[in-house]
Amino acid sequence: MALKMVKGSIDRMFDKNLQDLVRGIRNHKEDEAKYISQCIDEIKQELKQDNIAVKANAVCKLTYLQMLGYDISWAAFNIIEVMSASKFTFKRIGYLAASQSFHEGTDVIMLTTNQIRKDLSSPSQYDTGVALTGLSCFVTPDLARDLANDIMTLMSHTKPYIRKKAVLIMYKVFLKYPESLRPAFPRLKEKLEDPDPGVQSAAVNVICELARRNPKNYLSLAPLFFKLMTSSTNNWVLIKIIKLFGALTPLEPRLGKKLIEPLTNLIHSTSAMSLLYECVNTVIAVLISLSSGMPNHSASIQLCVQKLRILIEDSDQNLKYLGLLAMSKILKTHPKSVQSHKDLILQCLDDKDESIRLRALDLLYGMVSKKNLMEIVKKLMTHVDKAEGTTYRDELLTKIIDICSQSNYQHITNFEWYISILVELTRLEGTRHGHLIAAQMLDVAIRVKAIRKFAVSQMSTLLDNAHLVASSTQRNGICEVLYAATWICGEFSEHLQEPQHTLEAMLRPKVTTLPGHIQAVYVQNVVKLYASILQQKEQAAETEAAQAVTQLMVDRLPQFVQSADLEVQERASCILQLVKHVQKLQAKGVPVAEEVSALFAGELNPVAPKAQKKVPVPEGLDLDAWINEPLSDSESEDEKPKAMFHEEEQRQAKHRLPEVDEEELARRREARKQEQANNPFYIKSSPSPQKRYQDSPGVEHIPVVQIDLSVPLKVPGLPLSDQYVRLEEERRHRQRLEKDKRRKKRRDKEKKGKRRHGSLPTESDEDIAPAQQVDIVTEEMPENALPSDEDDKDPNDPYRALDIDLDKPLADSEKLPVQKHRNAENAKSPEKEDVPVVEKKSKKPKKKEKKHKEKERDKEKKKEKKKGEDLDFWLSTTPPPAAVPSTDTLSANTNTDATPKDEVEEPRREAQDGEDEDQDQEKKPSKHKKKHKKEKEEQPKDKKRSRKKLLGSEEAPGEPVQNGALEEEPLPPMSSYCLLAKNSYIKMTYSVQGSLQDSQVTVSIILENLSGSVLKSMELSVLDSLNTRMARPEGSSVHDGVPVPFQLPPGVSNEAQFVFTVQSIVMAQKLKGTLSFIAKDDAGATHEKLDFKLHFSCSSYLTTTPCYSDAFAKLLESGDLSMSSIRVDGISMSFQNLLTKICFHHHFSVVERVDSCASMYSRSIQGHHVCLLVKKGENSVSVDGKCSDSTLLSNVLEEMKATLAMC
Amino acid sequence: KVQLFLIFKNSGFLWFRISEDTQQQIIRETFHLVSKRDENVCNFLEGGLLIGGSDNKLIYRHYATLYFVFCVDSSESELGILDLIQVFVETLDKCFENVCELDLIFHVDKVHNILAEMVMGGMVLETNMNEIVTQIDAQNKLEKSEAGLAGAPARAVSAVKNMNLPEIPRNINIGDISIKVPNLPSFK
Repeated sequence: MALKMVKGSIDRMFDKNLQDLVRGIRNHKEDEAKYISQCIDEIKQELKQDNIAVKANAVCKLTYLQMLGYDISWAAFNIIEVMSASKFTFKRIGYLAASQSFHEGTDVIMLTTNQIRKDLSSPSQYDTGVALTGLSCFVTPDLARDLANDIMTLMSHTKPYIRKKAVLIMYKVFLKYPESLRPAFPRLKEKLEDPDPGVQSAAVNVICELARRNPKNYLSLAPLFFKLMTSSTNNWVLIKIIKLFGALTPLEPRLGKKLIEPLTNLIHSTSAMSLLYECVNTVIAVLISLSSGMPNHSASIQLCVQKLRILIEDSDQNLKYLGLLAMSKILKTHPKSVQSHKDLILQCLDDKDESIRLRALDLLYGMVSKKNLMEIVKKLMTHVDKAEGTTYRDELLTKIIDICSQSNYQHITNFEWYISILVELTRLEGTRHGHLIAAQMLDVAIRVKAIRKFAVSQMSTLLDNAHLVASSTQRNGICEVLYAATWICGEFSEHLQEPQHTLEAMLRPKVTTLPGHIQAVYVQNVVKLYASILQQKEQAAETEAAQAVTQLMVDRLPQFVQSADLEVQERASCILQLVKHVQKLQAKGVPVAEEVSALFAGELNPVAPKAQKKVPVPEGLDLDAWINEPLSDSESEDEKPKAMFHEEEQRQAKHRLPEVDEEELARRREARKQEQANNPFYIKSSPSPQKRYQDSPGVEHIPVVQIDLSVPLKVPGLPLSDQYVRLEEERRHRQRLEKDKRRKKRRDKEKKGKRRHGSLPTESDEDIAPAQQVDIVTEEMPENALPSDEDDKDPNDPYRALDIDLDKPLADSEKLPVQKHRNAENAKSPEKEDVPVVEKKSKKPKKKEKKHKEKERDKEKKKEKKKGEDLDFWLSTTPPPAAVPSTDTLSANTNTDATPKDEVEEPRREAQDGEDEDQDQEKKPSKHKKKHKKEKEEQPKDKKRSRKKLLGSEEAPGEPVQNGALEEEPLPPMSSYCLLAKNSYIKMTYSVQGSLQDSQVTVSIILENLSGSVLKSMELSVLDSLNTRMARPEGSSVHDGVPVPFQLPPGVSNEAQFVFTVQSIVMAQKLKGTLSFIAKDDAGATHEKLDFKLHFSCSSYLTTTPCYSDAFAKLLESGDLSMSSIRVDGISMSFQNLLTKICFHHHFSVVERVDSCASMYSRSIQGHHVCLLVKKGENSVSVDGKCSDSTLLSNVLEEMKATLAMC
Repeated sequence: KVQLFLIFKNSGFLWFRISEDTQQQIIRETFHLVSKRDENVCNFLEGGLLIGGSDNKLIYRHYATLYFVFCVDSSESELGILDLIQVFVETLDKCFENVCELDLIFHVDKVHNILAEMVMGGMVLETNMNEIVTQIDAQNKLEKSEAGLAGAPARAVSAVKNMNLPEIPRNINIGDISIKVPNLPSFK
């Protein structure tokens, strides 16, 4: 056998392997294609052989060829063969090839389902790993549906290597099969707290990716993420979380307030630039979200801006770039703070790195004011001249236009200057943005009435020099400005100095080389111009001149009639006929000017781009209602063509609306007409020229020809914008002088009077009067425009399908499909009648599902409110009694102040009270002491009472919030921390956690200073029992205390951890101990003591350990477990919450859950298995347990009974 | 001579299926964009038109004759990705023992496998170099044990084949060059 194998491998060792192939390709540079086709032939031969090693080698080579751009889809089946090889070596090759070449269109992909399933459950972790990696690249909706459950099971695999991959791939599964999101989500959430950092990071990654697309569904996870953020030390995880918060905070401003402090701390403390940068980014997002309600955050803004300045000034170009990027975000809401760094940003405009210049350009947008606009634009114009490469130049151009046109030309004081800038920009050859300039010209000329005369004169010059603008080819984007120039000259022809001359310019033969849509505008406006000239001449009684103009038209128009462009041709021939008719009339001596110009009477008003969309749907009109009932489904395919002939009939049917009779329609039509008549803003049938223009196709797609222009083109006769800058300065100077004079006069007067106000002669933006009296016409909107701004939503967004509410409870119909054979496996377990198995749900008929979903949606609505309350709970700065998982870290990491006054502060009040914000942040009280505070303070203030109402109850931790009639109450807040001891100086809360290694338990104690003194030299001494001992530093005796490694300033809390070793864990333990400390204040120092009793419950020796349902079944089968049960009556809590409580307080994990029955597993720190079967009846819960130690089991069950009794 | 080594997130030749032609076009254009950039300019490129969507960025690092290019969307931290490239290169260096350009050319499959341990389906999987190296080593060991007796002659032949070659120049040593971006403590 071995010999045969050796022989086989000797046979194939002379086959080409990947290295030979690569070498060969490198040696055949000249005839590469030929060599490769030869190789492909060889590969095809190799694929025909039976030897899997040969096949794998061939597939390996194919993968390389695929990378070079060769199609290997023909080998898909062979790839699957190699994937299903038993050896990992080959399997890996197969999966790699598949991940490179398979996609949704690969038809053989469905053959892989079973192979992948087999690999996923393979005992070798690398087989599973390689399958997961491959699947992540080529997963299809079908694969996702069929394998979702298998992958979900892997999320609880014992090996972190598999867990992290399984968690990560879930994102791909969700994308392809959105139905899996809700069933898988609880487990995904659980993985956020996985002991392995890699798994945790993967879970964070997936949730962040999900939340980025649909942030609102993940808002309820904020407390959990907050906890992670304050506890994690992994920068990758931190960055992800911080980025996520950046996405969440716009939805919930209160979250932002909570974030500012920890983020600021991170900014100060971290040495990792990447983390610093993301923190700054999120603080900015927070500030943006707060900016509406909270005016005063100058400290945080200053901190951000200051840090960013450091980044921008750094010699590292990457930091510079990112600094500018983040700066532009601040700019939107806090332009003032950025403006002070104008020098730095202008400096970046000269940077040699284009990316940096582009970023600096972005920033300029917010830096302009009336005062400096001209100066900045002048600087940009010099950059335009210097710029190499069209991309940057185009960017400059758009920026200049953006800057000038922003907020309705707010910063422009002199429109003549702006028009000249636009005209100067037309000198740019090869720009793609001709249409932008054109749009601006049109917009300014239409909306700024005072400027029309000037604009028209500039445009006529431009038309006169059209040959310069449009010199090169039709492909030149800049010729678009001629569109605007012609239209302006035609529409406002009354302002033309020499209309005749302009008319001739517009009729030049050269015009026919322009793109069709521009020619069409030429033709149209030629007539407008013609009409106005005609009128002029007739009024002046120059009949001959009038006839000469007509003759000119008749002579020149035919060149347009011959145009290949339909639009041009149609307009031209129409107009030619008109002009010929006019000519006839003129010959008879009939005055025609009146009638011709009547064609263009009236003014065109600008209409807002979205106006049409915003016209409200008239009442009673349902746009979604069927006009015709859709054809019934029963109609078979071949009948369809017939329907085409019925179309006429169907169209008539439109008139026969079933509900609305003819009379009603007529009435409505009448009403609408009335309304339109009364509505001055009603858009008449002709669309605005701008709109039409924007719709003109292909402008963006005109390829750009780059022309090297060493000498900038000068259009003769055009004024240089620079000249305006100078003029403007003079004008302002004069204005200032005048103002000063006036002020002086006033001052003199005032002096004569009683007193004067100390007004300094500073020049603010408002002082600069515009050069022209400008009347900017606002764009028109329909009268009762709809406020909806949903235009931006993309209906094809693949992430929309993942917009799923994750908080509502799972319905049975949502369970993931499971393969049948699993049932069989499970059936072997001894408790088969008790362990219910998720049955494979055959797909329900769709209708049913839909109905169900609708029902769910109704529920969901109810839930929504509920959810909001839960989050409120966490977000309110007044913390609930020992609540919410986040508690521990919060109090451990934030400085707290125990002033009771602050404690009862209502969150609402704080929201209004912006200035106290930072203070309040610092004074955030700890959540644990809260409860006791409340108990103590028997005279709560009004505010507090209202708070209590909100919370529902303030009983012991773990008590559910009673919330009335909702069928499914939300998960009650839980904390594993409970009170240890307390006096007037200090409060201690603790939680016990077992660790699987060396059977130790860790006691985390949160020490909180309640006094006004500094607490120091704290020492914890515990009286060891035989069974339980405290781990002390080496060399210290049993009676020595263990020092607490920190001091506590007033109002501060911190967490210390102590390790205990335990011998037997089957019984609960109690240890007595004392905390000694020195309290030091201004009056002096006192030595104080506080006694306490540490309670180690049996549950605290259990650690949450995930378990496979298979392994669980085997465990139960093994038969060496002893059994015990309890039953608790009078339980109203939902089963889900019940399980969550058991998981949380007793460290179990759910193995499987079906309806109101669940199997759970946990493991003690000494390796005892504890298996539970929890069943919920009407009002009772029964728990059957099996455990390798009967004492442990009965103790755990007793503890559980106590927990459940509180439900 | 400059080799372009491309790694794209969400698109490109690893995590997202596109036609071979588009793939080659992306490689060409990215190469064009990246290779003409000076040293000492920032390592980010907004390749909006190229790989669909202005959300995407090219982030690259230049080591000797090689460019390592990532295309990522806005969910990734720019500086984080720069670190990731560093981790990747250091991992290559460990796995190939002083990696050189030719290692990457002749053992594309191994590079893929290493990458697969770092990034999966376009999402960052692992950033801890030691963890990655451990997994790769374990897989290599598994592969060797599978080859067993039968693998020996093949290895011998491959050694002979390599001997026949005019000596592979091992001139490019990334380990020695080790371009470190200042102020970027790597993630551990």
